[in-house]
Amino acid sequence: MIQQFIFYLFSAMAIATAAMVIISKSPVRAALFLVVTFIASAGLWILLQAEFLGLVLILVYVGAVMTLFLFVVMMLDMDGIELRSGFVQYLPFALIVLSVMLAFIILAVWHTSFGLGHANPSKETAAYNNIALLGSVLYTQYAYPFVLAGALLLLAIIAAISLTFRGTRNAKKQRVEWQVSVRAQDRLYKTSMKNEKRL
Amino acid sequence: MIPLTHYLIVGAALFSLSLAGIVINRKNLIILLMCIELMLLAVNMNFIAFASFLDNIAGEVFVFFILTVAAAEAAIGLAILMVLYRNRHTINVEDLDLLKG
Repeated sequence: MIQQFIFYLFSAMAIATAAMVIISKSPVRAALFLVVTFIASAGLWILLQAEFLGLVLILVYVGAVMTLFLFVVMMLDMDGIELRSGFVQYLPFALIVLSVMLAFIILAVWHTSFGLGHANPSKETAAYNNIALLGSVLYTQYAYPFVLAGALLLLAIIAAISLTFRGTRNAKKQRVEWQVSVRAQDRLYKTSMKNEKRL
Repeated sequence: MIPLTHYLIVGAALFSLSLAGIVINRKNLIILLMCIELMLLAVNMNFIAFASFLDNIAGEVFVFFILTVAAAEAAIGLAILMVLYRNRHTINVEDLDLLKG
């Protein structure tokens, strides 16, 4: 009973805030609604006994990715850009896409039970440890993909920094080619000045 | 207990909403990126529901890797967005037609 209450509460929250993400006017509001969507989804995942992934969703997505989104929104000048023209124009088409997509997926999943009957998710005992179970396959069976995922993250760091890095300003660094190719007349020159009057 | 179908319908609703969001917000690049994140979330929802109902941890491992790839995608996508904005002073998708010549 309490599980059903939690499920319907969090799923209604996720769907409502996802709708707000796509119809909200400002990108900042969209990002904040997306945060609520992620938190509600994390609640649903924890209800499915995937605690580690639910917590990772909150930590990584809400803590890092959405913060990054908000920083980028802050750095861009959104006021000078017309972003919402054609909202009314595209709305009917979007509603058609939404209803057709939703209807087809619901038709696909409604009458089949995927061979599971009305199976319940396995009721785990209190000793069930999701993190230990995930780690026991992640470091053995999926060790190579795990290392590959780490390499991918390193690649993402390097790519993101090298794309946006513009060089330090006012850096004091040695230009060897200038030092080698310097000529005497670049450093030493004569000027002719008029003699000043003595007082 | 909550049947598997209900979890799948929540995933379907999130996916359809993000698809409609891509149609509506086709001007704003940053909301397009958010819609892609929402789509990946919907996919992850299905993976976790099946992993739990089939009692198979492989689905959760897959979600783990999807989260990794999605984080990398968001970081690089936002970096490209910043570079675009610096060079073109717009993030309107219709103005980004340099490659058309």
